[in-house]
Amino acid sequence: MEIQSCVTILNEWDIVAARQLGRNVAKELGFGTVDQARITTAISELARNIYLYAGQGQLCIDRLNEQGKTGLRIIAIDEGPGIPDIRKVMEDGFSTSGGLGAGLPGVRRLMDDFNIDSNPGEGTDIRATKWLR
Amino acid sequence: MDFREKMDEKFIGVLTDFMQSQSEESLYAAQQFSRLALEHKIPPEEIVNLQKSAMQELMPDLPPEVWHSFDILLEVMTAYGFAFREYQSLIDTQKEFKNEMEIASSVQETLLGTSVPTIDGLEIGALSVPAKQMNGDYFHFVHDGDHSVNVAIADVIGKGIPAALCMSMIKYAMDSLPEYRKDPSAVLGSLNRVVEQNVDDSMFITMFYGMYELKNHMLHFSSAGHEPGFFYSKQLDEFLDLEARGLLLGVDKDTTYKRYEQQVEIGDMIILMSDGVTECRTDEGFIERETLVSFINNYIDLPPQEIVNKIFRDLEKLQHFQLRDDFTLIIMKRVK
Repeated sequence: MEIQSCVTILNEWDIVAARQLGRNVAKELGFGTVDQARITTAISELARNIYLYAGQGQLCIDRLNEQGKTGLRIIAIDEGPGIPDIRKVMEDGFSTSGGLGAGLPGVRRLMDDFNIDSNPGEGTDIRATKWLR
Repeated sequence: MDFREKMDEKFIGVLTDFMQSQSEESLYAAQQFSRLALEHKIPPEEIVNLQKSAMQELMPDLPPEVWHSFDILLEVMTAYGFAFREYQSLIDTQKEFKNEMEIASSVQETLLGTSVPTIDGLEIGALSVPAKQMNGDYFHFVHDGDHSVNVAIADVIGKGIPAALCMSMIKYAMDSLPEYRKDPSAVLGSLNRVVEQNVDDSMFITMFYGMYELKNHMLHFSSAGHEPGFFYSKQLDEFLDLEARGLLLGVDKDTTYKRYEQQVEIGDMIILMSDGVTECRTDEGFIERETLVSFINNYIDLPPQEIVNKIFRDLEKLQHFQLRDDFTLIIMKRVK
């Protein structure tokens, strides 16, 4: 069962909208305040990457219900320049946006599952899930 | 994860205690709590949450603005938590690097290993200590039956891993030139071509190569820009520079190396070193070659290996136990 809602990221205000969407869903699903803050931080980071590097894209929030487990999935999709060396951006210390500094590896650590697909010239698709405990 | 389960309870205990007493003792308890929390890698946003939950339990009637203020703190601390996790992960990576370096350094020791030969009538002492884990200095002995003992000492300009990798190449280049071994000028000539062809332009190697003939006690030697050694003449009771001219390895592929000779009498010593010995920097600047001579003079009647060990200890102390460059010292003494 999946119910998805999306925000188009074009400017910095859309980052706020994406955060708001994520927070509402997280609250609704029953995530505590600490996890809410983590989820919105992850959303901020992913939305900011779209805004800074791809120019535009979509940030969607999925409500997941798999085998009795409830979860929230962030999907960040853009058709920007893509990432030529994914291993490099997944390394610590390779600062991306200069925002929070920890970039994608930081997002991976805040969430439970993390998946990234990217092809130069085609864009990037990042999915990160947090499960309710 | 025992701590995690009891964390709320513990925190509320510390907090209540402090609210009542405001004592240093309960602050100390808070410090101990934070040590445990760090040990269990509890990120800062969780601590903010502990505070908020504890306050909700202890003082539920606070105005709503107070609770909102916690949410701001939580948001801000989540970003610090982001950094905290990165720091944890970098620490782990650093541990991995350190382990790898230790393995690399023991592989290097095996690769570059040489044994100091035992020769009737010629006592030899040698010591090489890297400043970091990998050694950019190198020495090597070849004992050629009754004919001669050959000694090589080399220093890559630079230190650490690049220098160490470079040294391994030199060692194998030397091993593959057995027919030239006897003539120092030919050995350096061949190695120069190897280095010139295979090593990055920014890296240079200095090397001293000596062949000590056991029958007539004549030392033949050549140098490729290496720190000059000393020759101690027992008869004159004087230390003379073992001067030899020659270009660093790897600069010009057509360079040639002149061969020099030194007659060695009973009691005389040949002292070879890397610039980590003479460029040992102390509070008063680099030590002078004369200072080194005076150190050697202090121990002149001891066996060479002991002299070498004691000098290393003295220089280590002078530098407050922080080596800035790799240290290699070799002393050969004719005793009969």
